[in-house]
Amino acid sequence: MIPDLFTLPFMRRALLAGVIIGLLAGYYGVFVVQRRLSFLSVGLSHAAFGGVALGLLLQVNPLWTALPFTVVVALAITWVTQRSAVSSDTAIGVFFSAAIALGVVLLTFKQSYTVDAFTYLFGSILSVRAVDLWVLGGIALLALGTLPLWGRWAYATFDRDLARADGVPVDRDDYVLAGLLAVTVVAAVKVVGIVLTAAFFVIPAAAARLLAGTFRHMTIVAVLLGGTTATGGLVGSYAFDLPSGAAIILVQAAVFGSAVLVGRAVR
Amino acid sequence: MPPSVPAVSVSDLGVCLGGHAVLDALTFEAAPGDFVAIVGPNGGGKTTLVRVLLGLVTPDRGAAHVFGRPPAAGEPGLVGYVPQAKRLDRTFPARALDLVLTALHQRWPFGASMTEKKQALRALDRVGGQPLADRPLNTLSGGELQRVYLARSLARAPRLILLDEPATGIDVAGAADLYEVLETDQEQRNTTILMVTHDWNAAYHHADDVLLLDGRQVGFGRPEEVLTDDCLREAFGHTGHAHAMLMGEAGLS
Repeated sequence: MIPDLFTLPFMRRALLAGVIIGLLAGYYGVFVVQRRLSFLSVGLSHAAFGGVALGLLLQVNPLWTALPFTVVVALAITWVTQRSAVSSDTAIGVFFSAAIALGVVLLTFKQSYTVDAFTYLFGSILSVRAVDLWVLGGIALLALGTLPLWGRWAYATFDRDLARADGVPVDRDDYVLAGLLAVTVVAAVKVVGIVLTAAFFVIPAAAARLLAGTFRHMTIVAVLLGGTTATGGLVGSYAFDLPSGAAIILVQAAVFGSAVLVGRAVR
Repeated sequence: MPPSVPAVSVSDLGVCLGGHAVLDALTFEAAPGDFVAIVGPNGGGKTTLVRVLLGLVTPDRGAAHVFGRPPAAGEPGLVGYVPQAKRLDRTFPARALDLVLTALHQRWPFGASMTEKKQALRALDRVGGQPLADRPLNTLSGGELQRVYLARSLARAPRLILLDEPATGIDVAGAADLYEVLETDQEQRNTTILMVTHDWNAAYHHADDVLLLDGRQVGFGRPEEVLTDDCLREAFGHTGHAHAMLMGEAGLS
């Protein structure tokens, strides 16, 4: 039964999409977790709803509207956080609520929206198309291209002032990170849905934090956990006929629980 | 660089934060090799001055120069910075060696060459912190952490070291070690040292000059000229018991 999984084209596409998102979310997740930005991944995934609604209204692939929409929201959150006395969680709360409200308003102009919108709430990893994989491949290449920024992001994550004093353009790097995070969040929304996307960016990285003693190891472990838990969850969903996105998150949660126990035992 | 260029030059410096004047009309110079203690009450602008010299805060008025250049335009390796240990994010997974290596990479290290590791270990050794190299940062005491930060600043052989309350939370022996390391570096490499401190005794005994701040410049000059009862009373409102002890020693010396 399981070997079928690798011969069915839709499952192969699902696996590839799940693994790519798992790897990417694990990579960005270490910054999300260490910068205490878990709420940003929640906020951006929900903000993507506004972009999805725009696409549904204009009858274009919602991915093409959600991508720029969510990137703009991410940059706006970063701008407000850097330039005002408002804290990041407050800025995220304002923008993601406004984006959802905009989405709801846009959807009132379109009849029979319920099914499409529901698909984006919970994702549809088993309906990943070739074009989605190309987009994911592009996002993965983008992440590879920005690997040299890891050291600067990590330095600013540790201590923004030390990084700034060493000439790191911390504020500009924040915008780049927020934009890349937004792009990856939108890709994940398509696959696992608005409701569950944040888990991809938080749980593997949080588990990695419990298992690793250095930020370098945390990054490597988070990336590996992101990829393997996506694979494990999809295999489980196929074997037990479970919703795929939810199955992946449950596997991630189980890994996190194990990491808590292992971390306590090691300590 | 011509020898006449001061290590630190501050002229009519003014900084406002949130509409409130934090620093006003500061003017002083530190020559290469000087040890300057920055003293003043809480909220007196000591840390803000350090942040200006690091290029983290832009002055609203006047100018600050480090070796003749605006702080943000200087080479990063020129200045070593020892922040307050309490700033450390203890959830960040890192070893002491990683932190020291940031001085050499100017970014967080993913890996390091053997040469870089040896250089970082040598810096740790200078502060008696080599056994700490592989210790997680979140297990270090305040004093141990301060040693690691000091090693980080020494690792790149800076010409100016800025320290923000480095002796806070350190026992007497640890503080003595700190001053010994600083003074050795000052002597051997003509390093300029600017240190924010609440310890008037340390300022009196270790600094060549003292800058007394209370938002404005109350005094700048030799410790015995600045750490006087009048100046301290002007900056702090009253001088308290500790000052009485200092004056006793000062009077004797």
